[in-house]
Amino acid sequence: MTSNNDFVSLTDVSKHFGSVVAVDHLSFTISSGEFFSLLGPSGCGKTTLLRMLAGFESPTTGEIYIDGAPMSEVPPHHRPTNMVFQNYAIFPHLNVRANLAYGLRYDKIEKAEVGRRVEEALEMVKLPGFGNRRSNELSGGERQRVALARALIKRPKVLLLDEPLGALDKKLREEMQLELRALQESVGITFIFVTHDQEEALSLSTRIAVMTRGKALQVASPKDLYNHPVSVEVADFIGQMNFVEAQVMDVRNGEAVLDTTGLGKITAPASSDFVQKGANIIVAIRPEKLILSAERRSDGLGAVQGTIKTSAYLGDRDHFYVSVDGCEKPFAVAIAETGANSDQSLDRQSIVWLSWADESLILLPRD
Amino acid sequence: MTEVAYIDRPSRALYFYAILYLGFLYIPVLFLPMFSFNDNIYIAFPLKGFTTKWYVEMFNNQPMWAALNNSLNVACVSAAIATLLGLLGAKAVTRYRIPGEKPIIFVIMLPMVVPYIIMGVALLILITRLGFDLSLYTVTMAHVLISVPFAMATLIARFEGFDQALEEASVDLGASPLSTFWRVTLPLVFPGVLASFLLCFTISFDEFIMAYFLAGTDPTLPIFIWSQLRFPFRLPGVLALGSLILVVSFVVVFISQWLRRYRVEKTQPGI
Repeated sequence: MTSNNDFVSLTDVSKHFGSVVAVDHLSFTISSGEFFSLLGPSGCGKTTLLRMLAGFESPTTGEIYIDGAPMSEVPPHHRPTNMVFQNYAIFPHLNVRANLAYGLRYDKIEKAEVGRRVEEALEMVKLPGFGNRRSNELSGGERQRVALARALIKRPKVLLLDEPLGALDKKLREEMQLELRALQESVGITFIFVTHDQEEALSLSTRIAVMTRGKALQVASPKDLYNHPVSVEVADFIGQMNFVEAQVMDVRNGEAVLDTTGLGKITAPASSDFVQKGANIIVAIRPEKLILSAERRSDGLGAVQGTIKTSAYLGDRDHFYVSVDGCEKPFAVAIAETGANSDQSLDRQSIVWLSWADESLILLPRD
Repeated sequence: MTEVAYIDRPSRALYFYAILYLGFLYIPVLFLPMFSFNDNIYIAFPLKGFTTKWYVEMFNNQPMWAALNNSLNVACVSAAIATLLGLLGAKAVTRYRIPGEKPIIFVIMLPMVVPYIIMGVALLILITRLGFDLSLYTVTMAHVLISVPFAMATLIARFEGFDQALEEASVDLGASPLSTFWRVTLPLVFPGVLASFLLCFTISFDEFIMAYFLAGTDPTLPIFIWSQLRFPFRLPGVLALGSLILVVSFVVVFISQWLRRYRVEKTQPGI
């Protein structure tokens, strides 16, 4: 992307609150101009990490570097970061213009220039003419834009966003996601974005750190996270996934022969070290990679017979839940609502065949 | 079918109770202005006739004006000091992690429940032992002591009522902690500061026991009024003064409520 690929760098960063470990020895780097997301359930340490980047909390161990400079001795008001707060934190006693101009006083900027930059920022977030409003005269989406403008007007090296879209309704949130991405591309500032919404993270980010219990499970691009998760936890958290237990019978020419509970003997591409003869592993497959058919297909794909237990209509696609002998949980199968697969009757209790291509199987280590 | 929601339906019995209660509260107070215009040196029915001579007498009563002046000075200074201390204390207990925070708050709040007569005696002993003369300064000190818990309680509520992220946002935008206090914290807690000042002012203005123990030769107004009660012919003048104080406090409360409402309406259109 850019030459500066360790623009923000975390080395062994931990944060303890008493006996609680909120962030546990994190180390990764973020490139300049990235839209980087910290994704995880509540309590996973993502907000604590963001607050350490802003300077509101200091790390118990480790060091954070921004543009090469260590941050531990730099107080929040001298850091090259600005934050968009979860509830926006618009100053209620000031109007929008004064909110935007608030931080420029400390950058020693001339009065005329302040006025110009405020108007420019209002233009940027599509709120021209809103300068005299107060925060209680703004809608949720407008507040969000003001918070964004107030942070960006400072031209920070890194913009920190703490679930800024969480308080908006679904439609507005999707609109703001598109705008946020476009804005990030036009200003070129590094965004670090905290969210618990995996769809939001997938659609916005250049890279994502999936966090639980203070640890980063995987740091990768959205595509890699979805297609090549490194653990059951990540695979389960990102999108929907079917899991089957398996034992490795043999590994040959990058192909593993597996004995699975439910799918019988199958083969799958094996690239990881943990796939060794005799090892117990987990096989995962996405619902949309499974193919549903009334008769066994003749194209040589792996296949197993099952019974449709229930189905869910999701508008753009149908989800079928197919139980297979030997498997505890039914398999989720997603079928796009195009009519292509609807020539057969897919009623409840009907016996069907599930097929898959070997390449779509993901092998994961047992936790 | 009725147009009023069940929970909003009026009750005759409660109306009656409300009127009774208001009467219980205010009728005794209304005797004050009534007798202050009564043309009789004795406070008794039947009323003899209308006069304003007690007011004239009151205006010519120099010692009374001196006492009122003392009380206003003591009340203003003690309310200002107590509110400042309350502001710093409330900021400290709501914004920082302080070891032993609970016991500290308990000790600060203690004067609220200790009888003033005990504290008055204790302070009297302490101050005379230390060799200080009793004066309006000692009264002011004592009033600060009893006002701080009220200031703290008022301001802690205000501090807890506003989002701490606002202060963080200010620091994040480049303001130092001190600058943040002036530009964000103080404007947002200012209604609390005003409320605290008025509360402390009232506490000091009508406080009798401590002032009685600790005032030197300069009396505060409550002590002056108390001293006048020994002379029956002075009583109507005291009533006139009391009536004036009533009117002034009513006007002050009315204006502050009106200002508050005016601000609310101005800043929240459509709500």
